Amino acid sequence: MSARSHAANEPDPAQQQAHFRYVLRLGDTSLVLGQRLGEWVGHAPALEEDLGLANLALDLIGQARLLLTYAGELEGRGRDEDALAFLRDAPEFANLTLAEQPNGDFGQTIVRQWLLDAWQLEIYEGLLGSADTRLGAIAAKAVKETRYHHRFSSGWLMRLGDGTQESHDRVQGALDSLWRFSAELFAADDVDERMQAAAIAPAPMELAARWSARIDEDLRAATLKRPAAQPYPWHGRRGVHTEHLGHMLTEMQHLQRTYPGVRW
Amino acid sequence: MSEDWPLYEVFIRSRSGLEHKHVGSLHAADARMAIEHARDVYTRRQEGVSIWVVRSADIIASDPEEADSLFEPARDKVYRHPTFYAIPEEVKNL
Repeated sequence: MSARSHAANEPDPAQQQAHFRYVLRLGDTSLVLGQRLGEWVGHAPALEEDLGLANLALDLIGQARLLLTYAGELEGRGRDEDALAFLRDAPEFANLTLAEQPNGDFGQTIVRQWLLDAWQLEIYEGLLGSADTRLGAIAAKAVKETRYHHRFSSGWLMRLGDGTQESHDRVQGALDSLWRFSAELFAADDVDERMQAAAIAPAPMELAARWSARIDEDLRAATLKRPAAQPYPWHGRRGVHTEHLGHMLTEMQHLQRTYPGVRW
Repeated sequence: MSEDWPLYEVFIRSRSGLEHKHVGSLHAADARMAIEHARDVYTRRQEGVSIWVVRSADIIASDPEEADSLFEPARDKVYRHPTFYAIPEEVKNL
């Protein structure tokens, strides 16, 4: 990159890069969470739940397609949704670390889903008034899906939390072990700050407060205890992942890696 | 798990102005879950704009043994059928 400064009407490469990263993070989180839910197909505790989880997965993959297509255009290197989804390795993925955590038992899947549903709900509602109208349009579609996802996951959280002693203990255990990943949800870095300054993204602090209130309300209804805040060494959004993502991608990308360019 | 859940019958209204039609049944722990399951199982392909669910145990059904006495007498009374009227093409869903 030359040292020459850019004129006001020229796109600022650092801003373009931040815009790309912001959309990529959203897209990757939807993609990875959708893939995880897809792993339940054929294994859910009841036929009806099997279809329910698959519906959530398909909604999330649909969001990922719109977001990754857009991210590819912002990047301007000719990568489409498929190139981004299937031809990147784990360190290039920018999803939230929470999204890649394994399914565990049904309670663990529900806790992961519920934490991220509440997060997406704030993000998408905040993006409805974005200066980036394309991102706003994607959010307008996604927010309707996400309201249902939250209804689904918070409903199960309540059933399991306020269910039997066994279900209560298991879901509280899942919450205790996944809570450490929640600090990353609203931790702002330079990408968020640039997007907020350009009125493209909402302010993470405000979202965090609303998310926290919703989480407390749902936990009360589910008779569960909110764990104490913990420091977090995970930075999935910056490509620093837990070991689980690599294993998941091996399965997700197998076909494209083995038969490059193959089509159904 | 689903064997422990009661059975619900599901009715879907495909468009505003039409009646709800029975589409099938499913298991759910309670009414809220029954609506969510019905949404996930029976409206995946835009089949509906409204859902009714009712516990199968709450449906009172006619006795198949009595079918002859209930339905046979209607069979030979064709004058009860409005088949002699021409229906205007504009009338849909009659």
